[in-house]
Amino acid sequence: MSTKSLKARHDVLAQSNKQLEILNGGLFEEGELPFFKDKIDAIGAYPLRPKKLEILQINVGYMCNQVCEHCHVDAGPDRKEIMTRETMELCLEVIRNTGAHTLDLTGGAPEMNPDFRWFVEQAAEAGIKDFIVRSNLTIIRANKKYYDLPQFFKKHNIHVISSMPHYTRGKTDKQRGDGVFDSSIKALQELNAVGYGMPDSDLRLDLVYNPSGAFLPGNQAALEADFKKALKQDFDIDFHKLFAITNLPIARFLDYLLASGNYEDYMYSLVEAYNPSAVAGVMCTNTISVSWDGWLYDCDFNQMLGLKVASKVKHLKDYNEEVLNDRDIVISQHCYGCTAGAGSSCQGTVA
Amino acid sequence: MADTYYDPADLRKFGKISEWSEELGSKFFDYYGKVFEEGALSAREKSLIALAVAHVVKCPYCIDAYTKDGLQRGITKEEMMESVHVGAAIESGATLVHGVQMMKKYDKLSM
Repeated sequence: MSTKSLKARHDVLAQSNKQLEILNGGLFEEGELPFFKDKIDAIGAYPLRPKKLEILQINVGYMCNQVCEHCHVDAGPDRKEIMTRETMELCLEVIRNTGAHTLDLTGGAPEMNPDFRWFVEQAAEAGIKDFIVRSNLTIIRANKKYYDLPQFFKKHNIHVISSMPHYTRGKTDKQRGDGVFDSSIKALQELNAVGYGMPDSDLRLDLVYNPSGAFLPGNQAALEADFKKALKQDFDIDFHKLFAITNLPIARFLDYLLASGNYEDYMYSLVEAYNPSAVAGVMCTNTISVSWDGWLYDCDFNQMLGLKVASKVKHLKDYNEEVLNDRDIVISQHCYGCTAGAGSSCQGTVA
Repeated sequence: MADTYYDPADLRKFGKISEWSEELGSKFFDYYGKVFEEGALSAREKSLIALAVAHVVKCPYCIDAYTKDGLQRGITKEEMMESVHVGAAIESGATLVHGVQMMKKYDKLSM
């Protein structure tokens, strides 16, 4: 596993236009597989349009303490794109006035943003119903200054959603790096210790499962049952829900698919698993994604592909929810990842 | 023309068998789908049985399909390998148990 991002390696796939060339070319250009646009047009869902805005997802920076092999953000310690306090102020103005009921902070490791705690304190005061922080778990054990994060999260009633690719050490470390499993287990135990994830607790702790390879996630409920049983039995860990999220062919996961000779088969799998009934629930229909520098996107994946919203309102400084909601959603072939099987979103399955 | 009998890409064309016999093809795929649903056995258990049988019948398509299916279900490589051994044990047992026939015949023919 490389310890550097594609960007730091000056890899051609660090350029979003190169990724889009791959996603729009090859099998799709040759007519072997249908374009996503045609597939949703066949059920009258093109152009894809937003419904009511429910989730505001803010990416506070691409810096991370891990360099996961499947990361669609291409995050890592060498990424310097970090949201400034000035942009956070713009976010707070939106958070105070939005109709969205969920605020979802992501990264990178959001906790590595130097203004993270200030931002959380300010945002928590806006009274948004569900305030999520996507934490990679190991950050809690990465440095003394992060040790009190479980208490900090508790104080602000944060809903913690954490990645955990498998309940066995081997599979976890292969995807996320050596030592990640043990460190994640310790972090989960510490979250449990302050009340997170306990059966009747209001302190929500959910896990995210991403397949560790070129295959789609299986049944979410069955995986959740397996995770619950194994983590309880082996480590006395409790959590609430497990979200099974499909890996989208973007950034490092795309790089992995190409390098391992799995790209074509994976795209076939995604297209074969296309589920028309998942289209109505895809997250871009109820989410706005904000980048570290304040630009607006239909989702975090589009953010990484540099596909800004198709609206007059493209940046936080011009934010107008009504105007923004009257737009066509930007799509490409990576969107098959969200309509495969039971569907996939940052909140798990959708169909 | 492919220069080998088996082409991994043929697996995804499996559904095409219905094109030459719609009725039988559909009946087969309906049956197949039903067999692998959750039942008295879990879909996970059925996946491991399928993997073992795939090895016994030496079907490369089935091995690809049920290795991937197992990964999707979060089945570990240890579980997969144990299931292959179950298949191998039954298959070698099936050979060896015929040794009894050989022994009986030997005894019958011998003075």
